[in-house]
Amino acid sequence: MAKLVSKINTRSQDFLDNATHMQTQIDDLRAKLDDIKLGGGERARNRHLDRGKLLPRDRVNALLDDGSAFLEFSQLAAYKVYQDNVPCAGMITGIGRVSGQECVIVANDATVKGGTYYPLTVKKHLRAQAIAQENNLPCIYLVDSGGANLPNQDDVFPDKEHFGRIFFNQANMSANNIPQIAVVMGSCTAGGAYVPAMADESIIVKEQGTIFLAGPPLVKAATGEEVSAEDLGGADVHCRTSGVTDHYAQNDHHALKIARSAIQNLNRIKPVNIDFQQVVEPEYPCEDIYGIIPKDTRHPYDIREIIARIVDGSNFDEFKALYGTTLVCGFAHIFGYPVGIVANNGVLFGESAEKGAHFIQLCAQRKIPLVFLQNITGFMVGKQYESGGIAKHGAKMVTAVATAQVPKFTILIGGSFGAGNYGMCGRAYDPRFLFMWPNARISVMGGEQAAGVLAQVTRDKKEKLGEDWSESDEQAFKQPIIQNYEHQGHPYYASARLWDDGIIDPKDTRQVLGLAISASMNKPIEETKFGIFRM
Amino acid sequence: MFNKILIANRGEIACRIIKTAKKMGVLTVAVYSDADKDALHVHMADEAIYLGPSPSRESYLLGDNVIAAAIKTGAQAIHPGYGFLSENAEFCRNCATNNLTFIGPPVQAIEAMGSKSAAKSIMEKAQVPLVPGYHGEDQSSAIIKKAADKMGYPVLLKATAGGGGKGMRQVWSETEFKEGLAAAKREAMSSFGDDTMLVEKYLTQPRHVEIQVFCDNHQNAVYLFERDCSVQRRHQKVIEEAPAFKMSEKLRAQMGESAIKSAQAIGYQGAGTVEFLLDVDGSFYFMEMNTRLQVEHPVTEMISGQDLVEWQLRVAAGETLPKTQEQLILNGHAFEARIYAEDANNDFLPATGKLSLLKTPVESAHVRIDTGVRQGDEVSVYYDPMIAKLIVWDESRDKALKRLSKALSEYRINGVTTNIDFLYNLATSSPFIEEDIDTGFIEKNKALIFNDTKKALLNELPIAALYLVLSIEKSAQQSAQQSNDPHSPWHNANAWRLNEAHTHTLVLAHNDVEYRVEVEQKRQGSDAYYLINLDGEQFDCQGTLDNNSMVVNINGHRSHTTIHRNNNHISLFRANGVFNFIHILPDCGQLDSDDNHGGLTAPMNGTMVSVLVNAGEMVSKEQPLIIMEAMKMEHTIKAPSDGKIEEVYFNAGDMVDGGAELLAFSPLEQE
Repeated sequence: MAKLVSKINTRSQDFLDNATHMQTQIDDLRAKLDDIKLGGGERARNRHLDRGKLLPRDRVNALLDDGSAFLEFSQLAAYKVYQDNVPCAGMITGIGRVSGQECVIVANDATVKGGTYYPLTVKKHLRAQAIAQENNLPCIYLVDSGGANLPNQDDVFPDKEHFGRIFFNQANMSANNIPQIAVVMGSCTAGGAYVPAMADESIIVKEQGTIFLAGPPLVKAATGEEVSAEDLGGADVHCRTSGVTDHYAQNDHHALKIARSAIQNLNRIKPVNIDFQQVVEPEYPCEDIYGIIPKDTRHPYDIREIIARIVDGSNFDEFKALYGTTLVCGFAHIFGYPVGIVANNGVLFGESAEKGAHFIQLCAQRKIPLVFLQNITGFMVGKQYESGGIAKHGAKMVTAVATAQVPKFTILIGGSFGAGNYGMCGRAYDPRFLFMWPNARISVMGGEQAAGVLAQVTRDKKEKLGEDWSESDEQAFKQPIIQNYEHQGHPYYASARLWDDGIIDPKDTRQVLGLAISASMNKPIEETKFGIFRM
Repeated sequence: MFNKILIANRGEIACRIIKTAKKMGVLTVAVYSDADKDALHVHMADEAIYLGPSPSRESYLLGDNVIAAAIKTGAQAIHPGYGFLSENAEFCRNCATNNLTFIGPPVQAIEAMGSKSAAKSIMEKAQVPLVPGYHGEDQSSAIIKKAADKMGYPVLLKATAGGGGKGMRQVWSETEFKEGLAAAKREAMSSFGDDTMLVEKYLTQPRHVEIQVFCDNHQNAVYLFERDCSVQRRHQKVIEEAPAFKMSEKLRAQMGESAIKSAQAIGYQGAGTVEFLLDVDGSFYFMEMNTRLQVEHPVTEMISGQDLVEWQLRVAAGETLPKTQEQLILNGHAFEARIYAEDANNDFLPATGKLSLLKTPVESAHVRIDTGVRQGDEVSVYYDPMIAKLIVWDESRDKALKRLSKALSEYRINGVTTNIDFLYNLATSSPFIEEDIDTGFIEKNKALIFNDTKKALLNELPIAALYLVLSIEKSAQQSAQQSNDPHSPWHNANAWRLNEAHTHTLVLAHNDVEYRVEVEQKRQGSDAYYLINLDGEQFDCQGTLDNNSMVVNINGHRSHTTIHRNNNHISLFRANGVFNFIHILPDCGQLDSDDNHGGLTAPMNGTMVSVLVNAGEMVSKEQPLIIMEAMKMEHTIKAPSDGKIEEVYFNAGDMVDGGAELLAFSPLEQE
């Protein structure tokens, strides 16, 4: 394979400035996450611990194999979305290894608003299930939740992608032999009761876990019957009498141990049917990426510098290197897995889009996973390009991306604007995983462009009416639009709303991709049937 | 030479004798009890005869059965080994009556040395030096004081009726004598009703040095140098060495000749050992003579190049001694460490169990292992719980000692508590290295030898933690190789986390104190290093683990460690001793079956002493139910709660296996 040779000077002032700039963004992200990872406030945590329960992150750690990685999703979910502070949307989700199997773990955080489901909690839960479904990963639910967040019930309960979908997914995954294991480590009230009830196997912790359709207050209101939570739906009731749960655990650790045994008994073999190679670390350190990404987003840089720091041995066999050069396509390996890389290196032209469609076809045919490194302002605009059929060329790439059945992985490493987002496998194109770098921005178009368009429309209107519009008035008009785009296009805003699966440190890109690709191998790659390519 | 001999013993010594017999072309007959029906010595021998049930008084001590076995198999001689029948005059006599050669001394010699006081007077007559003393009947203070003045201070006053240190007093100078004697007499009178005193010279730092002698029945006698067995606990030797340190040629010859004189005084034949107390000033005093092959004979073999069992067989067969005194050359230095199933930290309580893992150091010209067990064998309650003797040899004491500690660190035994840690700590302690040794060695150096006083945890805890992390990584690598997805980063056990440090949190206990250690992996692959955080103190660590040996670099200090691991028990063998840790695993709570299930089980193998309750009886919590005896200790089984005895499964006198259910108990329902 051809080795990429870096032309970066890691001692240049630019490099150092860029690195500092990225470091500042990483520090900010880390600081926010350090806080978020604590979950609820200190009082809530202490109360949780005083009950003899493990904190949710400790539960996850205890569930995982010794030293297993944990690829956590959507750490910033619900960040500054609600008036309430709901760290992580009150739920930890991710992939980790349990008894040698990659599993999706969904853990309620009862220290955050009693683990109740806000709309974004539902979305996060459903997203974790979608990941499980798409990648054929067993699900382990560590349940400790008061159910739907009642003040937000209209955004939680009624719609298709709301609370009910959780159980729909459980049933359908179970039908497809994607095991569903529930560990009841706290309350499981009302709708929540169906998580263990719908599970293939369920475990409950004595004197901690309770399951009931209606809690003691509701029972009293409805029938006047007075009953304690433990007597109504504790471990003894459900393991000895009702049969709602299958395994009786003495404490959290015991419950997690039983869950590990349940996974051990699944009789699952990962169907890896791919021509993997020995792993070779890239020739260049991944930390260099900090210095490569220009501080000023308008400065171009060669995307191959990034590829050289992600792929095995910095080896990259480029496809059509001399054609449609604003899109770089080629074959490489990540942690020994073959991948096809599709990466932006400028604005998309018709040729680049055609080349992209061709390359995606190759990968789909050969069943090679696709990695998209998205840094795209959009497709080229203008008379020349419209008449050259940029729309149909773009459509070819979008068709290829949309219908390719190989696992797709998207990293937003810079801009993600307009139709470029579609061609480069944005969220709507069902990449198995989508992560953002902290410097990335996502919106229908850039803030400047949007403000410019809106200003132009306004100016036209005013001119028709014969009104005057001063330069400074126009600036004042544009400024809030630009600011709003910057705000809404920011990764924190995006990640808070689950437009992605999380913000990652650029130097972790190779690691994250490796874990994600490996996890995706749990599902055999299907044949692709493409749609009509407009020629 | 004999055609066939019977070995009236078991364990390592039986195996040891069989080895030499095989080498000499002599057929061997082993004997065995129920417990030993599959033992190593039975497998090694050409034939084996069953003696009886496991307790030795019903098998190995039954001289008549042993003689019958010899007659039945046509053995011409019996080697008694040590212990059991080896110093039993009656057995020796019965051998002769049955025309069997007893491979040992003549019966008169056994009898002469059988009584300590008789032995002393024989030796006195033969002018073998005895500890100076006055045992006279004249109890006047003046006479006793005169005797004391003559032997020189300090002296030891002892009540003749005494025991347990009562009526015993050290007197350090002439001026203290009168007062000391009066006090000792008072104490003796009140304790025993008899104030008869004897006085002996008090040796402040005596060493136990013994001489190996050999005599044939052609009037030849030689000594095969000496052994220093000063390191003892409860009168049991722990580590023996040959030659003795700080020993001059002249003193060796004096002691050797004295020993030969002792042997000849009783018409000795065969292998014998004369034990002396050696004082700091070089004077030595006869203690006793052992009329058998000693446990520690291998150290003599290592430095003399002779096979003492072969010598025994030759002498017993009537041949002359293979070498003359002049032909015997002392070469190098040897140590023997006795590896026991016992808990050194718990007053050397004997331990029993199955040797689930038994890996010895590699045997060589420098390392010899005498053992009678294999992996999977049981250390039972019936016999001495010695597992093996580890013997090392090298040119000098220094070198041999290094070999000893290395070999100890390589000895791996799981399933049974052993004294290997204790031996290692002893062998690596500075007073032992510096030859600052006398019979009080263990008592004096307790703090050094028993690892419970070790405080240097800031060095060792990070090593233990690093070991755990490296072994987690190792086992992850192994499972990766066996997987059909070998390169998956999910196999890496680096505890990777998104936007967070990659930290393993471990809880390690040392002497019941728990420490939380955080190990953060900083880089992957070959240049992996770890940041270990212990109580706010940080350590930069690197390490490579190869089986149970680890090279670690902690804050720039590179060193070697050998690790023994038995489930979550981890022992670090370091140059400065052994450090034991327990990896604390999450508490999974008490299982219901422990709560509700009615059985009460035997804590270890043992005998039922008495059953204090009957079936159907109601008992209250903590009420004693059963008394068991195991390893010479009584254990009382008590009621775990109020309840009813449903059934009792054993009677007094029954042998019980550890873990066996003793009785059915149903606890009272509690509200």
